[in-house]
Amino acid sequence: MRRIVFLSILIAVATLVSADDPITGDEVLRKVDENFGADSKISESEMKIMGERVTRTVKLKSWTEGTTRSFTEYLAPAREKGTKMLKLDDQLWIYTPQTDRIIRISGHMLRQSVMGSDLSYEDLMDDAKYTEMYDAEIRREDTLDNRACWVLSLQAKDENVAYHSREIWVDQERFIPLKENRFAKGGKLLKYTEIKSVSRIDGRWYPERMLFRDALKGGQGTEFVISKVSFDMEIPGHVFSKASLRK
Amino acid sequence: MIRFLLKGILRDRSRSLFPSLVVIGGVMLTVVLYSWMMGFENDIVRANASFRSGHLIVMSHAYSENCDQMPNDLAYLGVADLLSKLRAEFDDITWSPRVRFAGLIDVPDSSGETVAQGPIFGLGADLLSTGTIEPEVLNLSQAIVAGRLPSSQGETLITEEMARRLHIGLGQTVTIITTGMYGSLTTFNLTVSGTIRFGVAAMDRGLVFADINDIRNALDMTDAAGEIVGFFNDGRYWPAEANRIAEAFNSSPETQPSRFAPVMMTLMQHSGLEATLKMYRYVSGALVSIFVAAMSIVLWNAGLLGSIRRYGEFGIRLAIGETQGHLYRFLIAESALIGLIGTVVGTILGLLSSWYLQKVGVDISSVMKNASIVMSDVLRAQITRTSYFIGFIPGLAATLLGAMISGLGIYRRQTSQLTKEFEA
Repeated sequence: MRRIVFLSILIAVATLVSADDPITGDEVLRKVDENFGADSKISESEMKIMGERVTRTVKLKSWTEGTTRSFTEYLAPAREKGTKMLKLDDQLWIYTPQTDRIIRISGHMLRQSVMGSDLSYEDLMDDAKYTEMYDAEIRREDTLDNRACWVLSLQAKDENVAYHSREIWVDQERFIPLKENRFAKGGKLLKYTEIKSVSRIDGRWYPERMLFRDALKGGQGTEFVISKVSFDMEIPGHVFSKASLRK
Repeated sequence: MIRFLLKGILRDRSRSLFPSLVVIGGVMLTVVLYSWMMGFENDIVRANASFRSGHLIVMSHAYSENCDQMPNDLAYLGVADLLSKLRAEFDDITWSPRVRFAGLIDVPDSSGETVAQGPIFGLGADLLSTGTIEPEVLNLSQAIVAGRLPSSQGETLITEEMARRLHIGLGQTVTIITTGMYGSLTTFNLTVSGTIRFGVAAMDRGLVFADINDIRNALDMTDAAGEIVGFFNDGRYWPAEANRIAEAFNSSPETQPSRFAPVMMTLMQHSGLEATLKMYRYVSGALVSIFVAAMSIVLWNAGLLGSIRRYGEFGIRLAIGETQGHLYRFLIAESALIGLIGTVVGTILGLLSSWYLQKVGVDISSVMKNASIVMSDVLRAQITRTSYFIGFIPGLAATLLGAMISGLGIYRRQTSQLTKEFEA
């Protein structure tokens, strides 16, 4: 009986102590990953590419499974229609109907812009969880669009990542990174992202409208709007095959 | 007097042979050196005009600021209108749009899988329209190693070196991977109609030519071009006229307002050759001057040797009543004649050597393997009008200068000691 009382007291104390403990950067990051993570995801989206001289809109549909497999088909404009991309682990292939060729994108080509947007193929490949790639530290608290945020400093665990460090503003209630600065190893700002609107889908907060801006490029950035998304749907295995690129 | 001097020079070879040989050698080297430098200069100017800047080039302001990076996203839009205007306003110049791009060539196997890839620099030029001058300007017919020039859309020329390295055969379809005008990764197919070799290491590594319409379609560059190049109709570059045209174009009001407005540059301004050639001319001028000075010293020495050897002759001539002034003038006239003969012979030999170097050239490809400048790897001389008389400057000047200095010894010759010298 005494042992039960002692254990109960111990649990109660531990609970109290943990409740008072400030949240750490890694915990915030884990919650962001939990919010975004899904076994599978099917989405339809639009990229409004606001270039220096013209604005173009590209429509696409994506199928994603975990963090390693994804398939994207471009639906519009006519010039890009039928272009497909397949990502399997760390490999990326692109198919264009004009050439009827499946070409692997590798090396410096991964840094190329996707359809002229402010996103690179490397950004698209970057599906791994934050916690797998970065160590986080809370630097300060801030308010963004009337939302209380933690400002986290992320340092890459591995050299082999697109961005050596990041600075993210995470919504304290919804665990969404509302703003993000991505830096090169030398500290140069490479990319800037901002989540403009968020919606509650299937019990999770998910970005609806985002702005990506390549700091090394002219123009007003690329607005990425997710018009439809569904999580944890069954995706047939053949979707993530090279054969499906030509279909 | 000239006949008398000539007889003396021909009959007494000991007095003329060495100075003549020095003048012949010196003049020949001067002519070859000058022609060689002209050939080098001309080669750089021609290569830069043909492949890079034209005699005049029009780009958008934004494109011109980073034109080495081939920023097609900053290309000029509205090329058809601008071409009409240029053709109407400057009708002694032929204008052609061009699109440059960099990327990868991807070689597939029979099932479409990539077997080889390599980096390329591409040039889309007007290769197919009636009356186009581009194949001639780019010297494509002469550069063909195998196959033929593109005769229809979708065909390309690649360098022989690249074809060999990536095992690309004639008639094979290759995929070009590059960036479109709006920044997207772009892929398109071209069929190899021929292989080329320019003898310019920087170009022979990975140049691809295709018709500009194919490149525009692929890069989403409707009515756009990175560059519009202009060539004087007579094929020669006229610097003053080019400057006048560029100034007239750039001062018109519609070229001012935005960074996407057109700007015109001359070959010298765009290629950066102006400063390079200025420096090159200073250096070549200095080299010729140093050469003349060195030759004068050699001839002065030769004159001194001759004077010492002819010490007795001068003494007797002074003793029989010839004045020192007359003797001095005689010596200078003799030197002038030797100089003239040496210069004529040296110029002929120099021109023959230069002609050989102009036709055959010297292959420096082994040292140009990793070069990135647009320069032929066969160095050739070029005979110009100046080549015919450039040798007269050192040939005559050095001989006269040498004779004038060494001849001063005549004035120090004492006839009173002549008898003693003969007795000795």
